[in-house]
Amino acid sequence: MLLTRKAEFSASHICRQPALSEEQNRELYGMAANPNGHGHNYVVEVTIDGAVDPLTGMVFDLKKLKDILSREVVEPFDHRHLNYEVPPFDRVVPTAENVVMEIWKRLEAPLRDAGARLHNVRLFETPDLYVDYAGRE
Amino acid sequence: MRLTRRYPFSASHRLHSPALSDEQNREIFGKCNHPFGHGHDYVLEVSVQGQVDAHGRVAPIEALDRLVNGEIVSRYHQRNLNLDIEELAGVVPTTEVLAAKIRERLAASWPAEFPKLDRIRIFETERNIFEIA
Repeated sequence: MLLTRKAEFSASHICRQPALSEEQNRELYGMAANPNGHGHNYVVEVTIDGAVDPLTGMVFDLKKLKDILSREVVEPFDHRHLNYEVPPFDRVVPTAENVVMEIWKRLEAPLRDAGARLHNVRLFETPDLYVDYAGRE
Repeated sequence: MRLTRRYPFSASHRLHSPALSDEQNREIFGKCNHPFGHGHDYVLEVSVQGQVDAHGRVAPIEALDRLVNGEIVSRYHQRNLNLDIEELAGVVPTTEVLAAKIRERLAASWPAEFPKLDRIRIFETERNIFEIA
């Protein structure tokens, strides 16, 4: 069974690569390349996969999932500037794609240690744009 | 990785088949058969699947927006699906049919350099959702 927990964080970011020209950055990232940055209300949906424990009737303790998600993602990301305050985004462009992969990386081991198998991370950058990452590609 | 973009558009339609009697139409399509049609705030979701490139991207989002807005949204928004849309002429514009036609139209103009078109979903309302791979 799949179990999904949702959390939100608000952060600012800039999508540009210092090695590229202004024109190339505009071409690649559009308005997201504006040099002073901008922000989003990100929504992250973390899905874990597991069997229902016959004793508790639960796949995993929701409170533990919430705590891990808060500690590993929401607290370090919320009300921060991703490029300036949240590594590795000082050197990795914080596109939704790169942010979702970083969230996967931060969650996988702590969840595994707690006995949960991470299945998918969905990150909404806006209500109209989201990415799904399952640990591959 | 899969990237999904949502595109809202508002349109009217009426479900009515000339091959059926008025009574059969009423029975099959219910209130969707009311003679003057009705409308929805649709949301089209387009999902692409591919690898993240050196720039941290799966898809060129602005180019995807241009394609979907050009092929679909600008042509469907604030229109009557029965009367105004070439590819829906003569068909009953259920959202099942709409999803298949939109999929077909996007596939026909899909640039070779784009990542794979993974699926489309159409929300007719928040409660009625149609998906085609």
